[in-house]
Amino acid sequence: MLEIRGINKNYGAHQVLTDVSFTVGDGRMTGFVGANGAGKTTTMRIILGVLASDSGSVLLDGTPLTAGDRRRFGYMPEERGLYPKMKVAEQLVYLARLHGLSPAAAKQNTNDLLERLSLDQRAGDLVESLSLGNQQRAQIAAALVHDPEFLVLDEPFSGLDPIAVEVVLTVLKEHAAAGAPVLFSSHQLDLVERLCDDLVIIAAGEIRANGSREKLRDQFSTPRFEIHSAVDAGWIRGVEGITVIDFDGGEAVFEADSDAASQTVLREALSRGAVHSFGHLRPSLATIFKEVVQ
Amino acid sequence: MSTATEPRRDTPARTRATHTAPSFWASVWLVSSREIASRLRSKAFLISTGILLLIAVGSVIAGGILSANTSTNTTQVAVVGTASAVVGESSGLTAVPADDVAAAEALVRDGTVSAAVVPDDSLLGVSVIALDSPPADVMNALSVSPAVELLDPAAQGGFLVYLVALGFGLVFFMSALTFGSTIAQSVVEEKQTRVVEILMTTIPVRALLAGKVVGNSIMAFGQIVAIALLVGIGMAITGQRVLLADLGPAIGWFAVFFAFGFVMIAALFAATASMVSRQEDVGTTTAPVTYLVMLPYILVIIFNDNPLVMAIMSYVPFSAPVGMPVRIFLGTAEWWEPILSLVILALTTAGVILFGSRIYRNSLLRMGGRVTYKQALRG
Repeated sequence: MLEIRGINKNYGAHQVLTDVSFTVGDGRMTGFVGANGAGKTTTMRIILGVLASDSGSVLLDGTPLTAGDRRRFGYMPEERGLYPKMKVAEQLVYLARLHGLSPAAAKQNTNDLLERLSLDQRAGDLVESLSLGNQQRAQIAAALVHDPEFLVLDEPFSGLDPIAVEVVLTVLKEHAAAGAPVLFSSHQLDLVERLCDDLVIIAAGEIRANGSREKLRDQFSTPRFEIHSAVDAGWIRGVEGITVIDFDGGEAVFEADSDAASQTVLREALSRGAVHSFGHLRPSLATIFKEVVQ
Repeated sequence: MSTATEPRRDTPARTRATHTAPSFWASVWLVSSREIASRLRSKAFLISTGILLLIAVGSVIAGGILSANTSTNTTQVAVVGTASAVVGESSGLTAVPADDVAAAEALVRDGTVSAAVVPDDSLLGVSVIALDSPPADVMNALSVSPAVELLDPAAQGGFLVYLVALGFGLVFFMSALTFGSTIAQSVVEEKQTRVVEILMTTIPVRALLAGKVVGNSIMAFGQIVAIALLVGIGMAITGQRVLLADLGPAIGWFAVFFAFGFVMIAALFAATASMVSRQEDVGTTTAPVTYLVMLPYILVIIFNDNPLVMAIMSYVPFSAPVGMPVRIFLGTAEWWEPILSLVILALTTAGVILFGSRIYRNSLLRMGGRVTYKQALRG
């Protein structure tokens, strides 16, 4: 488990991070969400030790992270970069060897990864000759080539086509399934919502919300329900303890003062005709994000 | 980190990495191997090295031809009678016996000999017969000069000293500049392409800097050794063994001084280059270092016959790699002087590496504009 505890960072008079704390559990896909300039990249750089924090600590299983531990991280910086004049496979082998892999293991991992990322045809090409999307895949391969124990990925999906997004998703899920803590930032909230076990929302250098996706959705949900029924739903307005928010024919969205009131609506609806769906409306990540950030 | 492997509640146990981080020097070696490989792959580098080696070989061959012309060609003169005794004593003349003055004159006329030496009644006992102008070489060979006693004899002649000084200065200047700017470009390339952030999370920044310096120093040193070997072998083959014996120790010391001096220059190039983010700005930011490299070259050309300036140069770390070998060649350096100067150079190099790695570490992630020295040193 990776624990970020009480991190502060300022650039001169500008406070970039204020008391940032959250955890990334083993095997948990943790989405790191925030607007541009909110402090995501700075936080990730501090976790990786590229930047020093003014105060606070990064703990691994309860003990401060050492430079040796950081070698076992797979890191994809926001600023992409590989040697343009090096061949793709050669470059990955080099990076793997810098992490301490034997030449044979480095080669093996490189070949496996390139195949999984459908880059094996380009193994012998110079990085600068690849298309942008393929360069992005090579970048992801660079973060994974040394079998990292932890993944910290800054915007891993930006610049990827939908097929590549799925490929990368699969690879990341495999790593999480193998027990790796995975922290990644993204602007694509729908993707984060679909993918993440845990969420961390940052705004103006402060953590505004964090926890498991389900917990957050519960936390930010209002007692709001949605019903689809066969008959006109106008009658719901008359039920005690119910405020209708939106209503169109058989469909309605309403808020209930109590659970009992919402159940009354369901029973009444069933007695009036077929009910196609009835459910507690839980906020989407986008809704939570907007609410939290404001 | 703990070695406990207890399974976690609801999540899979983390798979522990089986490989361990490479040692500091293993990282350095990996970085320097990449530097060397990418250099050897560059056509520009191979061509410029080839040209440099050709110049070295060419200058040795040219020197061989020049010295052969002056030493082996003796002037043939015809001698008559007792004059042969006079000619026989002087070096640089070969006597061709003639029966009488008329026969000697005939030899002069048909060009077989440059001049004829015939006996006469003058004070010297001989006179010279030539075709159209007084033969200077024959006159010189026959002249009598008073003995000269030098109180402080110079080990080498002036023009040769100039050539040797120029050679050391040029080789140092060219190698340091070539490999120094290579290092600068390589630093900025990593910064410009942002690959540096991945590297920084993988190996210590010091290992990255050391790898670059070591890799390029090996290349520069290799080039110097190749030049030294070619010059040495070339001199041995072309029969300039005497010069080789004088020059050998100076070349040896030059190689040693160069090894330290280049590491110092390389660290400075890397540090100053790390302060900018674009290749276009490399020239501006490394300009002070470039001047430091050019300075000994210019000084040695102007002041190679000025003992005071050369003595100072041989101790100032930036010019010692040129100044000290020249003084060793001249024979004006005591045995302990190169050692003292080398110690000063090594200490300065160590200090420069500390200073340089501080600038390097603090500048690597500052993208955009030029990092100021104040920012780079404060961190």
